[in-house]
Amino acid sequence: MSDASAVVALIPRLRAICGDAHVVTQHDELRTYASDGLLQYAVTPGVVVLPGSGTEVRDVVRACHEVSVPWVARGSGSGLSGGALPVEDGVLIGLSRLKAVVEVDLDNQRVVVEPGATNVAVSAAVGPTHFYPPDPSSQIVCSIGGNVAENSGGAHCFKYGFTTNYVTGLEVVLADGEVVQVGGKELDRPGYDLLGALVGSEGTLAVVTRITLRVVPAPDHVETMVAFFESTSDAGEVVSEIVSAGITPAAIEMMDGLAISASEQMAHAGYPLDAGACLLIELDGPHEECRARLDEVIALCERHGGRDLRVAQDEPERQLLWKTRKAAFPAAARISPHYFVQDGVIPRTQLPEVLRRIDALAAEYDMRVANVFHAGDGNLHPLVCYSGPEDAARAEELAGRILAACVELGGSLTGEHGIGVDKKAHMPKMFDESDLQAFQKLRCAFDPGGLANPGKIMPTPRLCGEVPGPFREHPLERAGLAERF
Amino acid sequence: METVASRTETPGSAQEAAALLRASERVRIRGGGTRSGWGHVTPAPDVVLLTAGLDSIVEHNEGDLTAVLQAGVPLRAAQERFAAAGQMLALDPPGAPESTVGGVFATGDSGPLRHRYGAARDLIVGITVAQPDGSVAKAGGKVIKNVAGYDLSKLFTGAFGTLGLIAQVAVRLHPRPPQALTARGIGDDAERLAAAASALAHRPLEAECLDVAWSDGRGAVLARFGGATAERGAETSATVLREHGCEADVVEDDAALWQRQREHQRSTGATVVKVSGLPADLPKALRAADALGGTLVGRAALGLWWITLPGGAEAVQKLRAALTPAPCVVADAPEDVRNAVDPWHTDAAEPLVLLRRVKQQFDPAGVCNPGLYVGGI
Repeated sequence: MSDASAVVALIPRLRAICGDAHVVTQHDELRTYASDGLLQYAVTPGVVVLPGSGTEVRDVVRACHEVSVPWVARGSGSGLSGGALPVEDGVLIGLSRLKAVVEVDLDNQRVVVEPGATNVAVSAAVGPTHFYPPDPSSQIVCSIGGNVAENSGGAHCFKYGFTTNYVTGLEVVLADGEVVQVGGKELDRPGYDLLGALVGSEGTLAVVTRITLRVVPAPDHVETMVAFFESTSDAGEVVSEIVSAGITPAAIEMMDGLAISASEQMAHAGYPLDAGACLLIELDGPHEECRARLDEVIALCERHGGRDLRVAQDEPERQLLWKTRKAAFPAAARISPHYFVQDGVIPRTQLPEVLRRIDALAAEYDMRVANVFHAGDGNLHPLVCYSGPEDAARAEELAGRILAACVELGGSLTGEHGIGVDKKAHMPKMFDESDLQAFQKLRCAFDPGGLANPGKIMPTPRLCGEVPGPFREHPLERAGLAERF
Repeated sequence: METVASRTETPGSAQEAAALLRASERVRIRGGGTRSGWGHVTPAPDVVLLTAGLDSIVEHNEGDLTAVLQAGVPLRAAQERFAAAGQMLALDPPGAPESTVGGVFATGDSGPLRHRYGAARDLIVGITVAQPDGSVAKAGGKVIKNVAGYDLSKLFTGAFGTLGLIAQVAVRLHPRPPQALTARGIGDDAERLAAAASALAHRPLEAECLDVAWSDGRGAVLARFGGATAERGAETSATVLREHGCEADVVEDDAALWQRQREHQRSTGATVVKVSGLPADLPKALRAADALGGTLVGRAALGLWWITLPGGAEAVQKLRAALTPAPCVVADAPEDVRNAVDPWHTDAAEPLVLLRRVKQQFDPAGVCNPGLYVGGI
């Protein structure tokens, strides 16, 4: 049976599990699922299922396991690394119908949700007394299940940490269709840190059907300010000095001149268009602590030539300042018809050096690169602008060289977007063969058949040595694309 | 008790450690030896691998608030180095001076600072491990934000050396708060004391530590504050504690209070059980400790409590029954107790089938600390 016919043969069973209305088979409809948030890649899946319960997810995965059909789980599909790119002749499992907030347990500071719930829905469910700190810029649409897969960060993770620091329990369906509970509301369940392994595994180990999250008391005071500088290096100095002074702002965001002018065209916050850089700094916590720290931060900004300092006077103004930052990606479309976003990380002290290298690379390629950073934790989002498909390859090459520079300076390929398909070719820049083999060991412990989101993270496809049960040739083997290690 | 081994080796590099693992059948990995009495009692290994030769503070990147440490570095030596720059690795488990970085990460032990800064798993950003197949692998990196590749740093943290030898870790550091003050509330009503602790846990006070202690029907809630507004935080907390019926004061010279909290997580003669509970079940835990003649210290907002029991295996079983379904792991305990009960409370552990599959992949021949871990892994 060919791969395509295996998926086709599965369709009646998928209809029986999810109901006819929740199984998509028409080619035109399937094409709308071909890309996630990374539009440069598109693969039309063999079939899309939209299960309505964890049990249905289990039954779908089990059905796929029985006939060795690969599958990809997708939340909102807003990821930026192609982590939820479908597999041809595979099943795409859309989790958008599973969006219930199952339980709010404020006594224990926990909330239990289904994976399709949006990130903002979690904070809404526990507010106003509590909140859920990880806040990706896409939080209005992105799903918690996707956040778990990618170990999402956001602007506030410098102070508060990442998704992995907040997940205390998961219900997961393993690739063989078995349902297991990992963690719970309690911390430190005896045994290996399977939660730590699952969060950020980009959907390659299992599919999550229920998530228990820790939430924290909402700060009683917030101060948000922006300051503008001649250059990114001046702004970078301020960031270093803030951190060296022992101040831990909730967020420190930086934009360069190009990003400022793009965002301003969209958000109209009245930002000066001649500035070389701006810092958006947010402090939260007890009222007195915030005010004292704000004064220190303002003094540091002024010492480095900060101008047009603006402290938000009320919540609408605070929202406007944030809107300007969060508009940076969509706004880039106003200065360039096409762009690649990268997600490299550098040790914070290397900020001036990496900016110098990015400038040099932009000049060498004669392309514009707008820079948006989570400056506190050294996470860069260079937007490599290009004019049309004829420049795409060169732009991608430039983006790749920026990533190489990040790794050379002691950093990482990705801070929050994930490796996905987008950056898997770059993995050998950061990890050698024995590192990749160790990753593969984990993969094989969870999914020896290689059916969960294949073709992501690892630079070359590889299979597990010992697959329990009768031997079956893997589709990749059959196609001559992979061999057994 | 650690049984006598035929041979000890002290590798000077991760590569040497990996070669020794590959060449051996049954290895016991040992740092400072301060937690070697935890887990199942195991037969003598062929080789004891000491991490003492991996004793370098490889990097302290002050401006980046990160460090790279070899496993055999004593935690105290690392902290002294960071303190000189006004920084800290926010891990304060109890332990003798010989307690090592590798041992603390391998066991995932923690202390009162976990309230604000998280556990070892939350502070590790990269790892280098020596594996029983003779290879050395790394994961993560040395930046605090990084999602490239699987997070094997967390998988190895708390794995008790059963997947390989942690040769080196990269960690996130924090600024060391310049001064500290502790609000202390004392009471003899378990419900009210727990309510007081819960009230503090639900306020956005940003305490460094929030602990509870209980012994002989009487106990305390302790909230520590650091930084510019420590006094304000401590005073506010004392007021909250009084509102909940505690006798409250603010202690300026508070180091001894916290030293005591840490020390009570350990015992040389009695049995210590680490309970992973729900914060709201604290009254139940206090009553259970009382009923068994035990004492309790722990993290009020996290539901992590260490109960020291005068009784043996029977007392452990009774505690587990009283607190079910909370995992109750035996830490320090006489050998006969660790032989009589499953120290790991495997019934309440992570799915054993998955734990075994992970072990099978990383250490298929069972070379690393065999038999020590959950489910006899």
